[in-house]
Amino acid sequence: MIYLDHAATTPMRPGVWEAMTEVASVHYGNSSGVHGVSRDAKNQLEQAREEIAALIGASPLEIVFTSGGTESDNLALKGSAWNRDRRNGAVVSAIEHGAVLDTADVLRRSGAPTQVIGVDADGHIDEEQLLAAVDDTTVVVSVMMVNNETGVVHDLETITRMVNERDPRVLVHTDAVQAFSSQDLDVSHLGVDLLSLTAHKFGGPKGAGILYVRDGTVLEPVLHGGGQELGRRSGTHDVASAVGLAHAMRVAAEDRDRFRIEVGGLRDQFEKTLVAGIDGLQVNTPLVDRSPHHLNIRIPGVSNETLLMRLDRAGVAASAGSACQSGAAEVSHVLEAMGLTSDEARESVRFSFGWNSTADEAGEAADIVIDLVGELR
Amino acid sequence: MRVLVAMSGGVDSSVAAALMKDAGHEVVGVTLKLWSGPNGEAPTAGCCTVSDAEDARRVAAQLDIPYYVLDYTKEFRDGVVDRFVHDYASARTPNPCIECNRTVKFDRLLSRLDDFDCDVLATGHHARVREGDDGFSLHRGSDKAKDQSYVLSMLTQLELARIWLPVGELTKPRVRAVAAGMGMRTARKPESMDICFVGQRDYRGFLRQNAPEVFSPGPMVDVDGTSLGSHQGIVEFTVGQRRGLGMAVGEPRFVIRIEPETSTVVIGGRDDLAASGAILDTTTWTSGDPGATTVMAQYRAHGDPVKSWLDGSTLTFDEPQEAVSPGQTIAFYDGDRVLGGALIAETIR
Repeated sequence: MIYLDHAATTPMRPGVWEAMTEVASVHYGNSSGVHGVSRDAKNQLEQAREEIAALIGASPLEIVFTSGGTESDNLALKGSAWNRDRRNGAVVSAIEHGAVLDTADVLRRSGAPTQVIGVDADGHIDEEQLLAAVDDTTVVVSVMMVNNETGVVHDLETITRMVNERDPRVLVHTDAVQAFSSQDLDVSHLGVDLLSLTAHKFGGPKGAGILYVRDGTVLEPVLHGGGQELGRRSGTHDVASAVGLAHAMRVAAEDRDRFRIEVGGLRDQFEKTLVAGIDGLQVNTPLVDRSPHHLNIRIPGVSNETLLMRLDRAGVAASAGSACQSGAAEVSHVLEAMGLTSDEARESVRFSFGWNSTADEAGEAADIVIDLVGELR
Repeated sequence: MRVLVAMSGGVDSSVAAALMKDAGHEVVGVTLKLWSGPNGEAPTAGCCTVSDAEDARRVAAQLDIPYYVLDYTKEFRDGVVDRFVHDYASARTPNPCIECNRTVKFDRLLSRLDDFDCDVLATGHHARVREGDDGFSLHRGSDKAKDQSYVLSMLTQLELARIWLPVGELTKPRVRAVAAGMGMRTARKPESMDICFVGQRDYRGFLRQNAPEVFSPGPMVDVDGTSLGSHQGIVEFTVGQRRGLGMAVGEPRFVIRIEPETSTVVIGGRDDLAASGAILDTTTWTSGDPGATTVMAQYRAHGDPVKSWLDGSTLTFDEPQEAVSPGQTIAFYDGDRVLGGALIAETIR
């Protein structure tokens, strides 16, 4: 199987699983106890936290461990809105992941003034509309750094500065789960107040993530209980996952330059081959501000549902960008926000490359796609 | 052969997939996503619920065949749900499961066989397809009590040439035994009875949202035009209905017909109920039009077929029939062979 669905999840980086199993078997304590076994686990946890903080230019207490991107996004938005008496509105982009969009909708239904900001044909947020939407009811703005379906990259540094100039009290959150493998990610440069990451997108375990919370930002917790994470996120720590997350993060950060050049090169070659080999192919991923490993294309006249099934049989794993719980391909809200019709969105597929993708795989997959499209047309 | 198996998550289609695999075919399983509520929630009753799809997925995994969920929500809404609402509003008897078979399951899946690079479509219906000198023929299933040939009566040569119905060769107990023998999770699963998109048999709640006009009050009259008062909406009535008419004494009284334009419900005696025949609509033939002929006509899923004379779009029963109403599907048989099917456009008194 040629795996080209790394944006959905990517295999663990070497050494991650070994680090995790050691923690799970040797440092098994509950990190919140008073005895030596606990202190040992707590030590592992805090070491991981320090490592993670250093890798994104944060301080350790600004890192909150969560169960992944979805929880981090929920905590960022709900935690911001629920904490303020007067301000509780959220302003989010139309191409956010459901973890942000649906959370914003929950806030809207509970009475918070929530707005969804449109994007242009490339998927870039309309900055004027964004600023116009920010008013004295707004508590948080959320714009994702790299879109999961198309790979369009947003300049969070500029967006954050603009929002701060408009109103410095407004918090800026970014869902950066697709970004870590390829983007230099330093919160002191970005200026954001809240940033979500999840381990399994960069070679760590599933079910582990963090929310960066800028010092001084107070959030109402979503999970209440034992008061772990300075009360910001209760629940016994998954120390093994935290260590795995930190390990994968370090490996991915060290591999980032190579990833951009080599993995990006595979994607570019794959794209070139498809553009040359398929009449009428449309690239939904923008030409500039694109992440190196995503490629979203539309093949007019070919249903993505059919193509993905045929690719599966031919040994190529790709996706339609978003899938519902049943596994049926749904019409992409991201592509619709970019102005594609629902029929055009149903002709669109996403290929995403990863740290272990090879040139042979990319070449073979391109040939298979071109052959199948010829058969299906 | 490459066989596409439509898997609902029930025992019949699970066994169909298993039999195809056992026969040495390359099998691909699919479940159709047909319906989600206004907020995208999946149905919890009927034949295509979330747990059904999960059952189908797990059976496919057990059989080690690829499995996919195909999104047909738009086709289902346009072809089945809208039709259901329209039928209710125009006082026709709706047949959503038959419409679903016709416009979604067979039509759409067969049209995509090439897409999926498959040769035939197999389903879990209890009926049989035979190939003879005159092409393909459709017959009742081996288990007469579970026979589903009635709901397949609209199939033609075009479809029959590419459809396999492996469980139609077995009795239902045998199907369950096969499933149990393979340790299949669906072996003892009860049969679904609900309409998937209305759920929990609450068709009133569904219609209240989608066809509020069927709840508007109207007159109730005798067959001779005498006013018998009023009713609270035609949704409460079907042709042949005896209960709930508010007339418990005297001769039995029945709903004879419903006039949707004026929301009028017409009441009469048993004699008024009897239909001597029916005018047909959208007649199809499994093996071509046989011309004017005697047929055994079945107008309910599990009703007994009745001897009739069919000439063009007019069907005449040998013996008058009760509870025949517009919108119903009627299937024509010669012995256990299905000749064709039609919809009842109107009844002849």
